[in-house]
Amino acid sequence: MNLRRIVALIEKEGVQILRDPSTLLIAFVLPLILLFLFGYGVSLDTGHTRIGLVLESSSAPALGLAQSFENSAWFDVQLARSVAELRPELVAGRIRGIVVIPLDFGETEARAVRASPIEIIVDGSQPNTASFVAAYAEGVRAAWAQPRPPAVTLDARFTFNPELRSRFFLVPGAIAIVMTMIGTLLTALVIAREWERGTIEALFATPVTMGEFLISKLVPYFLLALGSMAMCTVLAVTVFGVPLRGSAWALLAIAATFLTSALGQGLFISAAVKNQFVASQIALLTAFLPAMLLSGFIFEIGSMPRALQYLTRIVPARYLIPSLQTVFVAGDIWRLFLPNMLALLGFGAVFAALTLRVTRKSLD
Amino acid sequence: MTDAASVSDVSKRFAKSPQAALDHVSLTVRPGEITGLVGPDGAGKTTLIRILTGLLHPDSGTVAVLGAAPGARSVDIGYMPQRFGLYEDLSVQQNLSLYAELRGLNRAERAAAFAHLLEFTDLKRFQTRLAGDLSGGMKQKLGLACALVKTPRLLLLDEPSVGVDPVSRRELWAMVQGLLGSGIAVLWATAYLDEAERCARVFLLSEGKIVFAGPPAELAKSCEGRIIRLTGFAGSRRDLLVRALDQPEVADGTIQGDAVRLLLRKAGVPPDFAKIGAGTALRSEPAEARFEDGFIDLLGGGPPGTSALAQDYAKVPAQTGPAILAAHLTKRFGSFTAADDINLDIRRGEIMGLLGPNGAGKSTTFKMMCGLLTPSSGTSAVGGHSFAGGAAAVRARLGYMAQKFSLYGDLSVAQNLAFFAGIYGIRRDRQQARIDALVHIFALERYLADNAATLPLGYKQRLALACAVIHEPPVLFLDEATSGVDPINRREFWCHIMGLVARGVTVLVTTHFMDEAEYCDRIALIYRARQIATGTPDELKRLASGDADMTMEDAFIALIAKADAAREAKAA
Repeated sequence: MNLRRIVALIEKEGVQILRDPSTLLIAFVLPLILLFLFGYGVSLDTGHTRIGLVLESSSAPALGLAQSFENSAWFDVQLARSVAELRPELVAGRIRGIVVIPLDFGETEARAVRASPIEIIVDGSQPNTASFVAAYAEGVRAAWAQPRPPAVTLDARFTFNPELRSRFFLVPGAIAIVMTMIGTLLTALVIAREWERGTIEALFATPVTMGEFLISKLVPYFLLALGSMAMCTVLAVTVFGVPLRGSAWALLAIAATFLTSALGQGLFISAAVKNQFVASQIALLTAFLPAMLLSGFIFEIGSMPRALQYLTRIVPARYLIPSLQTVFVAGDIWRLFLPNMLALLGFGAVFAALTLRVTRKSLD
Repeated sequence: MTDAASVSDVSKRFAKSPQAALDHVSLTVRPGEITGLVGPDGAGKTTLIRILTGLLHPDSGTVAVLGAAPGARSVDIGYMPQRFGLYEDLSVQQNLSLYAELRGLNRAERAAAFAHLLEFTDLKRFQTRLAGDLSGGMKQKLGLACALVKTPRLLLLDEPSVGVDPVSRRELWAMVQGLLGSGIAVLWATAYLDEAERCARVFLLSEGKIVFAGPPAELAKSCEGRIIRLTGFAGSRRDLLVRALDQPEVADGTIQGDAVRLLLRKAGVPPDFAKIGAGTALRSEPAEARFEDGFIDLLGGGPPGTSALAQDYAKVPAQTGPAILAAHLTKRFGSFTAADDINLDIRRGEIMGLLGPNGAGKSTTFKMMCGLLTPSSGTSAVGGHSFAGGAAAVRARLGYMAQKFSLYGDLSVAQNLAFFAGIYGIRRDRQQARIDALVHIFALERYLADNAATLPLGYKQRLALACAVIHEPPVLFLDEATSGVDPINRREFWCHIMGLVARGVTVLVTTHFMDEAEYCDRIALIYRARQIATGTPDELKRLASGDADMTMEDAFIALIAKADAAREAKAA
């Protein structure tokens, strides 16, 4: 290892980063787009879902239940006399479900009224919304069915995210995506680029060692990713009002351990394929998509099929997202951070070993 | 004196190739001289150089570089890969600094080395310019400067002159020549045989084997007394050459100005001149043998002259107007004028050559003339039809060949031919017959099912020509169609072209091979976007110096120097 050569290579990398608009685009513009998208555009919160309510019976219990639906904070209710009237609305997507209070509702003896069935029709083409409507409609009915106001009222309060705002966990998740992109996609591109342009050949004919070369690729992108992460954090706190309850040090430590794994993966990809196009495809498929879909960022791992749950264990981002969400909305909980950080360092070590295996200072 | 590098009995085979890239190769590089590593593309030059740098490892044999294993003494080795190894998004200065740091130059050495190298390469004015914005010739010089930033003991140059114009090539040669005094050993890989001729010793590679090793004059000597130069003959020089090449006594032949130069198989046994219709005024005189003659002779001589392709090619009917016309063609990119008022008038059955240094506007002109680029002003026409009114109809009448781009590498030879037959609208019932004929003419039978990308270069070029003429166009555009191809394949290519021209086909060609320029009826020299001279090869030579005996390359360089002088005088 020769410090002078490493510094010279890092300097070169720095100039290239500054000259290359696409690198800066991925490092600083793409994060902005993602943050705004997840901060404002995407919301997993549900409220005021439009449904249709068919009231076939005009008995007192039926009217009472209808009243409960109309008063519910979850639904905007459109009343109708028959299902046929509402079906076109459902097909057109203007309402998300139809609740039918049948003709014989409440006509049985008073005690059984509370257990009378209602019919719930939902739009199965949107499974998430469908199950949401079904569950909440059932909830409204169950609440109405309470014989009398209970002696003890349950006043649920959610710790850490009292309003259950999805932004609070989506924005930290978006930061994870950004770091995956910079760490894996950019590094995968930069070495492949040297192969493609033939510059690696001239470089390898100098006294530069493989280790020096790899370090010169890691350091700039490590710093770039941390810089981008810092920018995202400032925006998350100031613009989106996401709290940062943990310490900046914990955030830094979590990000740094994740980057060992993400950068390692990027290096491994580009050392193995030597072609920018293929490298970017592999990076997107093996890093970006899993970080999006299999990390618990959008879809909860606990509700995935068992096989997929096992698969998520080899997705590095899965070990980052809980830590990131925690450090933002809860605080420094090292008991949670440490195992995750350890897992990430493990990934980093595996990728480093693989990279060393496939890269030699040779064109063979 | 110990050798700077020695390779003995080295073999190397790549996993996907049936043939060995290097087959028991031995070579030595001595200090203080330029050793030539000569051979066509795919002969194994790059593989050998990469083995010397330690970037590739031989399967067998031993290699010593500066008395150590390859790669161990990399501080003392200057290496310039084929694509120069420059960072195009770094400036000239930054590229130099990077390599200076990597080679561990200290501050004091650095300032002196930079000053010297920038002076030496004439890049002083461009220090802050990005390497990617330099012309081909300047990139080549910067690549060399990067390899020389710490004076090496062994300099490895992998085809530094490929795709570079004669002026830049000559400057580079002079620069490297100037280094030898300090005892540097230079290995110079090249496909240009005229460069090989100037090396102290030459190793000639063909298909992975060394076919000749020694001073180039020695190879030329093997052909001594077998070269004759014919002048004063009746009829055209191309017709004479074609007929002469058909004779069993003739191993090879080229055109040199008004003369035809022949290599005989046996000294003193010329062909029957009456049989080749040379006429009564024919003069035959002995001429000096060259390295290239020796090379061709070593490979068993060139192809016969008559082209099977031309024999059943549709004869182009006589026409009154020009076959290809360029009138006041001008192309501007923003404030930059790439081509300025180009005028060409090419007759049916004429070969017109477009020559010029890199970046002079040659390619721009060429592209406007075959309708690939719309001129800013002026018009171009083929067969009297302008591209302005319905380019597709005009394009159907021309064949276009640019070796680098015209083929689909992931289609097989048969699929490529079928595809081009289809897009040129050959009737379905005739397609197969035409394809079969071309496959036979170009001896492509063995490769029909192979992907075009995997073909040897010579065959790729044959396939490209086959695809370009599949619809028997009356006009052919050839853009550096023979670059990197070995001399035998180049000769065969030109025999086809000469045959087609005799059938009335009109050809516009660009090339960096000055000997190919001699096949042209007329040449237009493009320099700094202007057409600085137009005429027959001999007219250009006379224009350059009043002497028709000089080589085309000397004429080219002299004319460019003249243009520069005129421009400077005007500016002063």
